[in-house]
Amino acid sequence: MTDVTQELPIVVEPPPPATAGPLGWLRANLFSNVFNTILTILAAALLAVTIPPIIRWALFDAIWAAPNSRACRGAGACWAFIHEKLRFILFGTFPYEEQWRPLLAVVIFIALIVASCDRRLWGRSLAFLWLLGLVAVGVLMWGGIFGLSFVGNQLWSGLPLTLILAVVGMAFAFPLAILLALGRRSQLPAVRTICVAYIELIRGVPLITVLFMASVMLPLFLPAGMTIDKLLRAQDAIILFAAAYLAEVVRGGLQAIPKGQIEAADALGLTYWQRTRRIVLPQALALVIPPLVNTFIGTFKDTTLVIIIGLFDLLGTINAALNDANWRGTSTEAYIFAAAIYFCFCFFMSRYSQMLEREFNKGRRQ
Amino acid sequence: MPTDTIPRPTRPSPWRNPAVRSMVVQVLFVAAVLALGAFLVHNTVVNLRRQNIAGGFGFLDREAAFGIGEALIAYTPADTYARAFFVGLLNTLYVAGLGVVLATILGTVMGIARLSRNWLVSKLAQIYVETFRNIPLLLQLFFWWGLLRETAPAPRQAWQPLPDVFVSNRGIAFVVPSPDPAYGWMALAFLVGLAATIGAFRWARQRQAQTGQQFPTGWIGLGLVVGLPLAMFLLSGAPLTLDRPEMKGFNFTGGHAVSPEFAALLLGLVIYSGTFIAEIVRAGILAVSWGQTEAAMALGLHPIQRMRLIVLPQALRVIIPPMTSQYLSLTKNSSLAVAIGYPDLVSVTNTMINQTGQAVEGIAMIMAVYLTISLIISALMNVYNRSVALVER
Amino acid sequence: MTTESAGAPIIELRRLNKWYGEFHVLKDINLEVAKGERVVVCGPSGSGKSTMIRCINRLEEHQRGQIIVAGIELTSDVRNIEAIRREVGMVFQQFNLFPHLTVLQNLTLAPIWVRKLPKKEAEETARLYLDRVKIPEQADKYPGQLSGGQQQRVAIARSLCMKPEIMLFDEPTSALDPEMIKEVLDVMIELAEEGMTMVCVTHEMGFARTVADTMVFMDRGEIVERGSPKEFFADPKSDRTKLFLSQILAH
Repeated sequence: MTDVTQELPIVVEPPPPATAGPLGWLRANLFSNVFNTILTILAAALLAVTIPPIIRWALFDAIWAAPNSRACRGAGACWAFIHEKLRFILFGTFPYEEQWRPLLAVVIFIALIVASCDRRLWGRSLAFLWLLGLVAVGVLMWGGIFGLSFVGNQLWSGLPLTLILAVVGMAFAFPLAILLALGRRSQLPAVRTICVAYIELIRGVPLITVLFMASVMLPLFLPAGMTIDKLLRAQDAIILFAAAYLAEVVRGGLQAIPKGQIEAADALGLTYWQRTRRIVLPQALALVIPPLVNTFIGTFKDTTLVIIIGLFDLLGTINAALNDANWRGTSTEAYIFAAAIYFCFCFFMSRYSQMLEREFNKGRRQ
Repeated sequence: MPTDTIPRPTRPSPWRNPAVRSMVVQVLFVAAVLALGAFLVHNTVVNLRRQNIAGGFGFLDREAAFGIGEALIAYTPADTYARAFFVGLLNTLYVAGLGVVLATILGTVMGIARLSRNWLVSKLAQIYVETFRNIPLLLQLFFWWGLLRETAPAPRQAWQPLPDVFVSNRGIAFVVPSPDPAYGWMALAFLVGLAATIGAFRWARQRQAQTGQQFPTGWIGLGLVVGLPLAMFLLSGAPLTLDRPEMKGFNFTGGHAVSPEFAALLLGLVIYSGTFIAEIVRAGILAVSWGQTEAAMALGLHPIQRMRLIVLPQALRVIIPPMTSQYLSLTKNSSLAVAIGYPDLVSVTNTMINQTGQAVEGIAMIMAVYLTISLIISALMNVYNRSVALVER
Repeated sequence: MTTESAGAPIIELRRLNKWYGEFHVLKDINLEVAKGERVVVCGPSGSGKSTMIRCINRLEEHQRGQIIVAGIELTSDVRNIEAIRREVGMVFQQFNLFPHLTVLQNLTLAPIWVRKLPKKEAEETARLYLDRVKIPEQADKYPGQLSGGQQQRVAIARSLCMKPEIMLFDEPTSALDPEMIKEVLDVMIELAEEGMTMVCVTHEMGFARTVADTMVFMDRGEIVERGSPKEFFADPKSDRTKLFLSQILAH
């Protein structure tokens, strides 16, 4: 016999008060069982013990302006050091009156990075924009034309140098990486062996050795009489190093292209270079954009190593600023400031890459 | 009756023959690479000769004439360069080995914390990962080094975060038990406990296969491995003399001390690598689909069984490859010691290069060492991957 | 006509209510399943039918109401939950076989670790059930090497190795290619004919007509109509039931 339960929908009831709303969230997330409750209490205790002293040190007891470190000594942070040395930290040895130029260069870089996040621009126009931006940065930093005084690249330091090393590094590493990746997958054994050897060699050694190699050995490689600028040596090292890692990322993308794509291209009569350029690479590169961004973040962090071969990037200028005898003992504050700058760049880029990855996965429901 | 023979395909002219073309391309490519190589080598030899720098590895037998701050084996400036290189190598392996162990522990704990249902714990772990992952390692090393060398007080006013642990600008000195023959016996007891545990595992597995009864081998094993040495300790009269660091003159003596350089390097490496390991562990556990856990629950397995039999075996497959790559990264990152003055391989070799001018040989030696470590780890990883690969169609 | 059962029902849902946050997903569900009864639950997606059967073995937690299985009440008490899970087998839409274990190991895992059987006995039972689902030769293969239909049959065998009193099926054929649905349904029909208590969420109406003692139609979190298949299909009383049947039986 058919049992027809209610014809009319039951009145929708609200959930029991202890299971939803803010109280319910607290219960589920912080106090769901004995173990969790203990964890919450321990974590809260840890925060209570560490956070207030840090805030006191960093904010309330901090000294914001002082002539030297002795006047700055107290229970709190000595932000006066940053205040005093800010322009040196950011722009290093660039001539003082002309420092609007590296400032503008940094702004251009940041604008380009932000613009690259807008997907509508991806493609020819973005590449063109970057080219324009890099030329503008070059003009600003070197000068010599348009009435700007010439500033040799030995004087470039601080944040602009970090950005230049990272951006130019990636820009040149990218085409090299594509060639390496294609070479590694080539059917010609000689080409494949050489590409594999290069990639595995560079990936197997620390960046510092590649920097040393560039710094010490590049001058030896050149015919007598030719010299090579220190900045160029560091830049070459970063390019060669990044290219090896990028090559592996691109190779991952190439491997993910279904064989059917290549077969279809062959069936249409395209040559190897035509199908690579028009069919395989566009798809492969689109696939690996998140890991590409991650590699850029890694390269950005790696620029700090140039301090070891005597270039003054942002970390270098901070260290140089700390050498001032008037300001002993302020290393903690200085490094926290530097960390904040690096963190802003890297965090923003990593969040962006995570967002990209989520979007790509959404479009790839198989 | 077919009288006409099957026509043979016309051989293409060499120019159009793909086999010939590929050979030509390869020959050209190799020739170009070799030519470039020859050019570079020639220039190098000429330049080195001009600067009166010797070649070859003969310098390794010469006296080093520089001191090394901390060494695991005996070393004096009168020893050879070769020995100095070896000291640096040992230092690198020591800090890398210790770093790998500590970073794994920290990373695993943080990775699991990230997955916790407790919002506070999960968020704190996330803050840790995001903060230390986005700050360059070298900067972190300088930070800790600065903290330990400049901000830390002189030994007389050393910080004391824990009883008998002193943090000063000369390093960290902490209490250790003085060596005692009983400790040798305890180590022996530990090994016996270990062997007994392994035996117990085997026996329990046999028994379970035959009768189905389970044996609490986990707890028993723990008891053996901890209890036997403890018993040995008590039997020997509980000898525990602590070697406490004490102020003598300008610094501490006694106890065990690590230099600020070593402490900063280890701290930086562990905290930085820990973030990546945390993400690897988290991704590995998330990679096991929830349906696996549900099926295990539906079958009546309880949480520890689920973790041990279902989740962990599958998660480890996803975790171990990137984990070993992270270990390699940590080892390579230890080369940053050269920036903060810890005498690792790169540091020592750098001094050697500065003294002898033989940069090419020095850098080649460093690269050879790191390459060897890389290749060994890669090979081990490939073996592991092949042995645990999931079998599919 | 419901099968007359001897004694108390083996599953009882009394005024079962569940919320996901603010969303009321199960509204005052009342259901009784007798021993040996075969219940088929159908309804549009989002009606809460999967949620309802997943509450029975605590894969989902209910906030209000009572669930009593084989005389044990389902509460937060871990012992009750484990006792109930031993007696209730579940077959999932996505099979959820353990890919790192062979088919045989999949089947013997729970009997060894939960029922504490010796290995030989567990393996004998496993081979018996593999035979019953008609794939005895796959015992040493890995799940990745089997087709979808074979995997689901292994999943059914895996649950049966625990000798449960009740079998729950959560859309067992929805993830299968059409040519493999029949082999799985055949196994389920055989199981029903042997007298297993079954609660099955499915869209396969042919199967329902063959096997079910009771049809239950759920919509928007509540049980709208229930009855014998004959009356259910021939003469549905509620408009919502009529609408659903017209949509699903159109092909």
